[in-house]
Amino acid sequence: MPFLQPSDFQAILLSFKVACTATLLATPLGIGVAYLLAYTRIPGKALLEGIVNLPLVLPPVVVGYLLLVLFGRHGWIGVFLARFDIQIIFTLTGAIIASAVVGFPLLVRSVRLGMEAVDPSYRTAARTLGAGPWDAFFTITLPLSGRAVFAGMTLMFARSLGEFGATIILAGNIPGVTQTIPLAIYEYTSSPGGDQMALSLCLVSILLSFIVLLVSGAATKSLNKR
Amino acid sequence: MIMQLEVAVHKKLGEFQFDAEFSLNSQRTGIFGASGSGKSTLMHLLAGLQKPDSGRIRLGNVTLFDSTAKINLPSEKRRIGVVFQHSHLFPNMNVHRNLLYGWRRTPEQDRHLQPEAIIEVLNLSHLLDRGVNLLSGGERQRVALARTVLTCPRLILMDEPLTGLDEELKFQIMPYLNTVFANFSIPLLFISHSLLEMRLMTEQVLVVENGQVMRQVATEELAQSMWAAPGQSYANLLRLGRPQAQGDLWAYQWGDARLVLTDQGENEENIFELDAREIVLFKRHPEATSARNLLSCEVRKIFAVGNRVRVELQCGSQPLIAQIVPESMRELELAEGKEVVAMIKASAFRRLM
Repeated sequence: MPFLQPSDFQAILLSFKVACTATLLATPLGIGVAYLLAYTRIPGKALLEGIVNLPLVLPPVVVGYLLLVLFGRHGWIGVFLARFDIQIIFTLTGAIIASAVVGFPLLVRSVRLGMEAVDPSYRTAARTLGAGPWDAFFTITLPLSGRAVFAGMTLMFARSLGEFGATIILAGNIPGVTQTIPLAIYEYTSSPGGDQMALSLCLVSILLSFIVLLVSGAATKSLNKR
Repeated sequence: MIMQLEVAVHKKLGEFQFDAEFSLNSQRTGIFGASGSGKSTLMHLLAGLQKPDSGRIRLGNVTLFDSTAKINLPSEKRRIGVVFQHSHLFPNMNVHRNLLYGWRRTPEQDRHLQPEAIIEVLNLSHLLDRGVNLLSGGERQRVALARTVLTCPRLILMDEPLTGLDEELKFQIMPYLNTVFANFSIPLLFISHSLLEMRLMTEQVLVVENGQVMRQVATEELAQSMWAAPGQSYANLLRLGRPQAQGDLWAYQWGDARLVLTDQGENEENIFELDAREIVLFKRHPEATSARNLLSCEVRKIFAVGNRVRVELQCGSQPLIAQIVPESMRELELAEGKEVVAMIKASAFRRLM
């Protein structure tokens, strides 16, 4: 694509990095939280559910600002991380965290629905065949909710590709470091004569989203066949 | 292997109270009752899928549950196999992996039978690579049974395993069940609301009514006592060996008598059902009749309920139960110890398996 600048390629690559890492890191945690919400009767479950789902309804900018407060130099986590000389804000890690937090509720929702749809009698049968609770979870429940896990991952991946509000506040808009596709588009549109460039990145964005949808559809189909 | 099961439990489920106190030591026991009577609750309590409020459960020398000693073995440690009504085969695995699921989780010293043996007995070898959603109802139940038997359990609970299968299929599967339980000598608790299944599968029965285990009787005794309920008939079950051709009919040895049937049984042992109402009694031997079977019997017992009379007959070495109306009884001058002739048509026998 000759109409793309080298910095655009950098933005595309970064978007992928951020979305992949955020999704992969969030998946095990998402499965864990979904399990807690679907099967257990822990105290404070409603609170946990609320916190997990909050980023879904809050403006991403608010999420970004709260993360900034937490991870900033004087934030609770920021102070702790500073001892190990780890900085989150204005780094790639920051962009990943922002994406992960915003996309997390989508993942948990999907996985939880999937787990709840698995007939509990399969677990019962596994128990009578000698499988402990964890064994039954990993060999029966999780594989049977595999499609839901995958659907959740796809949703989260797509959401991460498009993440803007929380990222720009926590990670800033630094070309080559934290500037993902949406941030690059934003920069183009706010600079004179950047319309053309913005449009070509928009096309890339549409193309990518379309590919994600296709892959997800194909994978679901093959899972169905099994 | 004889099971020794001692149970004394109480469980409250909302409005429903379940109480059971019994001890069993037999190879095959049925749990009989209408739906909603508490049969499945008992199964769940035994398998550790539900926890009793109080009481204790002992199987052999192992305490599975004791509320005072605070013992409650989890399901996977009880080594009680369950075959569910809806088989619950794992849809994410093929037949072979389903079969080995429990076997792999059974400690090596407890695995005293090989997958190949049970696969052969239950005729599953051609299904191994198949997905479980491509199995018929009967095949599913056979796979579920094999999967459970392979865990070498100390007791198998079967929860209405034949309910939902059509008549023909039911009697196709029952010989498999009988072979498995005879070959691998695993004690069986068979839960069902069907009297016929009970009579074919079990020796004694726990009768469950309204959340209570009411009584413990021999299966045959239950079948006879059920007759007193209005509208019930009694089915004689005849176990007959290999037949010999007799013209276009089939002759079977039955004790010291010979029976002529229209059906050809293909097995070493064939079970036929004969409705008590199909037997006609005569005072003396009739000269000629269209019915092929005329048996000289002695009346052992007469029992009347309403307008039905049950006549227990002894035909040589075999018992037979006939049902007639009181008027016939008076005309025949039936009394205990009297000789009569029982007439049965060759086509009155229904082959079960």
